[in-house]
Amino acid sequence: MAFQEKKLPADAPLADKALNWIDPRFPLSATWKAHVSEYYAPKNFNFWYAFGSLALLVLVIQIVTGIFLVMHYKPDANLAFASVEYIMRDVPWGWLVRYMHSTGASAFFIVVYLHMLRGLLYGSYRKPRELVWLFGVAIFLCLMGEAFFGYLLPWGQMSYWGAQVIVNLFGAIPFIGPDLSLWIRGDYVVSDATLNRFFSFHVIAIPLILIGLVVAHIVALHEVGSNNPDGIEIKEKTDDKGIPLDGIPFHPYYTVHDVMAAAVFLIVFSAVVFFGPEMGGYFLEYNNFIPADPLKTPPHIAPVWYFTPFYSILRATTSDFMYWLMAGVAAYVALIFVRSKLRGTTKMVAGIIGLVVIVGMLVFDAKFWGVVLMGVSVMILALLPWLDSAPAKSIRYRPNWHKYIYLLFGIAFLVLGYLGTLPPTDGRTLVAQVCTFIYFGFFLLMPWWSRSGTFKPVPERVTYHPH
Amino acid sequence: MSNEKQVDPGRRGLLVATCAAGGVAGLATAGAFVSTFQPSERAKAAGAPVEVDISDLAAGTMKTVEWRGKPVWILKRTPEMLASLKKTDSEVADPNSDRTQFAVTPEYAHNEYRSIKPEILVVIGICSHLGCSPTSKFQPGAQPSLPDDWQGGFLCPCHGSTFDLAGRVFKNKPAPDNLEVPRYMFEGDNKLVIGKDEKGEA
Repeated sequence: MAFQEKKLPADAPLADKALNWIDPRFPLSATWKAHVSEYYAPKNFNFWYAFGSLALLVLVIQIVTGIFLVMHYKPDANLAFASVEYIMRDVPWGWLVRYMHSTGASAFFIVVYLHMLRGLLYGSYRKPRELVWLFGVAIFLCLMGEAFFGYLLPWGQMSYWGAQVIVNLFGAIPFIGPDLSLWIRGDYVVSDATLNRFFSFHVIAIPLILIGLVVAHIVALHEVGSNNPDGIEIKEKTDDKGIPLDGIPFHPYYTVHDVMAAAVFLIVFSAVVFFGPEMGGYFLEYNNFIPADPLKTPPHIAPVWYFTPFYSILRATTSDFMYWLMAGVAAYVALIFVRSKLRGTTKMVAGIIGLVVIVGMLVFDAKFWGVVLMGVSVMILALLPWLDSAPAKSIRYRPNWHKYIYLLFGIAFLVLGYLGTLPPTDGRTLVAQVCTFIYFGFFLLMPWWSRSGTFKPVPERVTYHPH
Repeated sequence: MSNEKQVDPGRRGLLVATCAAGGVAGLATAGAFVSTFQPSERAKAAGAPVEVDISDLAAGTMKTVEWRGKPVWILKRTPEMLASLKKTDSEVADPNSDRTQFAVTPEYAHNEYRSIKPEILVVIGICSHLGCSPTSKFQPGAQPSLPDDWQGGFLCPCHGSTFDLAGRVFKNKPAPDNLEVPRYMFEGDNKLVIGKDEKGEA
């Protein structure tokens, strides 16, 4: 077909003419329509649905402040600490940019954790949104990597020893471990070589992947359409034009909501940036205001708050706890054999895997399994779409006692997070071990508990009260 | 168009060969990138042995020197400190340093004192758990984070592993092994060489 441009009247506005010139050459209007002005989102969104766009806002804040920080930062073990202090003291308004970036890191995790909790409550990961969820889990992993690499850059005591501990985690892998951690560090200890490669990952490699994954996350979401607090598919009830009866265009109806949410968020964000950027040692740890000293570990080292739930699971795995874990694995395999409708071969595979894990727990030490458990505690999120078999997606139509299970899980997660910030004692380790069982039990027993109980009837159309 | 589905075997063969050759080149390039992560020649050269003068080391005190970027502790133990090792024998996980999984203890330190000269302890001050540097807790007796019958030793601040005055890890602690004894030798009475012994450099 020959190239064609629409004929506009000679007195048409300049903007219309410009758009008329662009659209046959680049799908500008079509993209805007598909993703914004004619993307139909359910009309019953509540405040929980603001955190997705807030996460995008924080990503923009981090990228913009990051660009300006790199202009003054020096990735060199002898200069890094001083260059951050130089940004704080000598660069005009440098302190603001740096505090926006450091507060933004914590804000990113707050927003993302709430965004994930929303997905958990309303079953947003269920069919057909599995890929939306998997891209989301990948974004979460990238975010953790990004935060970890970035935390080394100020080259303070916490930066240094935090990196030392995490890189040494890889040393726990049997056979290849020590060589692997040497390869990651590029030196016998965390050093200038490590700082430079972490800088490269933090400013270019991970951000590139992150942006790609965010695009994939949104494209996948817009392909299947958004879930909603009732957990019902609005695409099943459409008008004669194929537009969902319960859908409203994202723009202007939700853009205006999101602008409101952004305003509220920025008020809180600014309050932290200006009045409490260290957040009592939770956002910026006090020990990180001391330059890195490879010969002296600070008296108490803990990761930043957003890593502590997973770090607690790592610490809870002591050699005594291994017997409880073995018992747990054996009980779980027994449960699969007795109480599941899986095929015989699948059961055999589960039995063999269980046996291998138990033998592995006897052969390899607790340190290795601590690392494994910490890794699995994050990765298990990816299995959620296949573990949940509740007839209703949303918590609104689940049996009431399901809410207590979510509450218990939430409490266990918060307790693990809190314990991770404290030095370990015997009592605290025991509590962390109980919470570790609750954490994994929530996910691994989900195929059974999520389908039991009396579910409430799910309505045909979304619950919505015009106002 | 009857020839649409016919495959030209000559061209297909060429295509496969091109892909294979390109794949090999791609893998080799990836290998080069992966190799850049290894310690550089400069980092390896910095791992040379270090000499330490211990003539000024008083009994009951410790000196820390840097070797390969790691802290190496040289502790001159008092007779009481040496006596405490007898008491901790039954409480440590590997009293005779028989384990080899984390690091092999050199033959000359394969004893209760884990040292060549009983009073001079030389260990790398890095916890075998996740690489933190333990703090010295030489004062015996009950104190925070330590058991009431504490005989003196080291406490790792990161995950609470404890070690006795020979760097032996106590039972049921996160650390899987004793503190590593580097290869070292004496040159005269008061000079230590760390990272090198009669058998050569570590």
